[in-house]
Amino acid sequence: MKTTKILNGNRTIAEAVRQIDPDVIAAYPITPSTAIVETIASFHADGLITGEFVCPESEHSAMSVCIGAASAGGRVMTATASQGLALMWEMLYIAAGLRLPIVAAIANRTLSAPINIHGDHSDTMGARDTGWIQIYSENCQEAYDNFIQAFRIGEHPDVLTPVLVGLDGFIISHAAEVVEVEDDDAVKKFVGEFKPPFPLLDTSRKFTVGPIDFTDYYFEHKRSQIAGIENSPRVIEDVGKEFGRLFGRPYGFFEEYRMDDAELAIVVMSSAAGTGKDAVDELRAEGQKIGLLKPRIFRPFPHIQIAEALKKTAAVAVLDRSSSPGAFGAPLFTEIRSALYDYEKRPKLVNYVYGLGGRDINVEHFKEVAGKLAHIADSGKADEMLGYINLRE
Amino acid sequence: MKKETWRELPIGTVNTEAGNSVVNRTGTWRSGRKPEFIEKNCIHCFFCWLYCPHFAILAKDGKVTGINYDYCTGCGLCAEECPTKEKSIVMVAEEIELAAGRNK
Repeated sequence: MKTTKILNGNRTIAEAVRQIDPDVIAAYPITPSTAIVETIASFHADGLITGEFVCPESEHSAMSVCIGAASAGGRVMTATASQGLALMWEMLYIAAGLRLPIVAAIANRTLSAPINIHGDHSDTMGARDTGWIQIYSENCQEAYDNFIQAFRIGEHPDVLTPVLVGLDGFIISHAAEVVEVEDDDAVKKFVGEFKPPFPLLDTSRKFTVGPIDFTDYYFEHKRSQIAGIENSPRVIEDVGKEFGRLFGRPYGFFEEYRMDDAELAIVVMSSAAGTGKDAVDELRAEGQKIGLLKPRIFRPFPHIQIAEALKKTAAVAVLDRSSSPGAFGAPLFTEIRSALYDYEKRPKLVNYVYGLGGRDINVEHFKEVAGKLAHIADSGKADEMLGYINLRE
Repeated sequence: MKKETWRELPIGTVNTEAGNSVVNRTGTWRSGRKPEFIEKNCIHCFFCWLYCPHFAILAKDGKVTGINYDYCTGCGLCAEECPTKEKSIVMVAEEIELAAGRNK
């Protein structure tokens, strides 16, 4: 039976893990994802999880255990954040290259230095080219829903690609909200059974997983890997719709909020989108034609759909919760600006970096951005392409 | 041998050809040095045979007989592990035929 509970983001992930009951969970605790691992450990100790729960000596080892277990044919998950995800880095590429649909919950946290435990997207943006599918969540409910869908997306035979689900550190991971927890059996039925194509525990067939691959085959294998994530948009859409039919909360590549006749648009991912929607409501009440677009899927990047959604606006501000020092712009901005390049009529695009190290962004900050957008739309030119929100200048 | 296109390969770098390391002649990796077997010093303890990572030590009827240069990478573990006072395997310089891309 569907139940309504008050849970924080970490606990919603642990609830989903309990319901899915993967074959192997290997994780090393790190703030702000620790409570995911702790709660799973207590579920395991209480017999609520029957799969193997492995506590290795580091995140690098945790991902290595996941890779071994997934190669064996298991449904596998982990959770981490920040330095932990960074320590997994080389193994992330191996999980993707071996086409192992491991699911990772990431309580998004910034990276040192300076050392800081609070939320931004530096960790997962650092993993953007590892070949993993990336899904971002606005709140606890979305974290729960996305995490469940991640198994179906990654394990689809045309995709077979690992998936990470981001939930903003502390803002989602530690803040309790009202969450609809679906029925255990309904969730189990939704995720179904994982059928790996080459499980090493199948001793009836002879094969090697991950042999050395030089100049003669590496390129072909990499191209074949890219095809997996290229196949994923159709699956992401189907799974999001099916989830909506069954549980009443449909999902797509992104959410459009009051975008129908919007002349100005703010693009922002994850928890800050909630604040942004409040600002949009207030500005709409004042008569401004402004909307908000919240990307949910960052990899594969839904470039055509996002460009189509933004092409009729006059000015767009893309808000990034990470920086890419020395780059043309921050990660989300460069994707969207490129996506619009082929359109003859396209909006003016500006980039704002916000919230690094957990710095607050509130309704007033969104309104400041909207004011700048209105100015850009009126004058037809943007004075600066990259700015910073709520930074002491 | 015709190589597969990326569409033809099994998913996930899986190799379904069992025992195909036979066709991977790792001897081509040698660069400038190779082991030389000195039979008169050998006590046939099989340390070299045991330590060789490429199964390149040749043996017959309980005796070490030489080195298979098709697979020997020239790592030198055999010579390092050889316990005889006068070494039964020593590493020697090897000329490389650059034009042919093969060691001699």
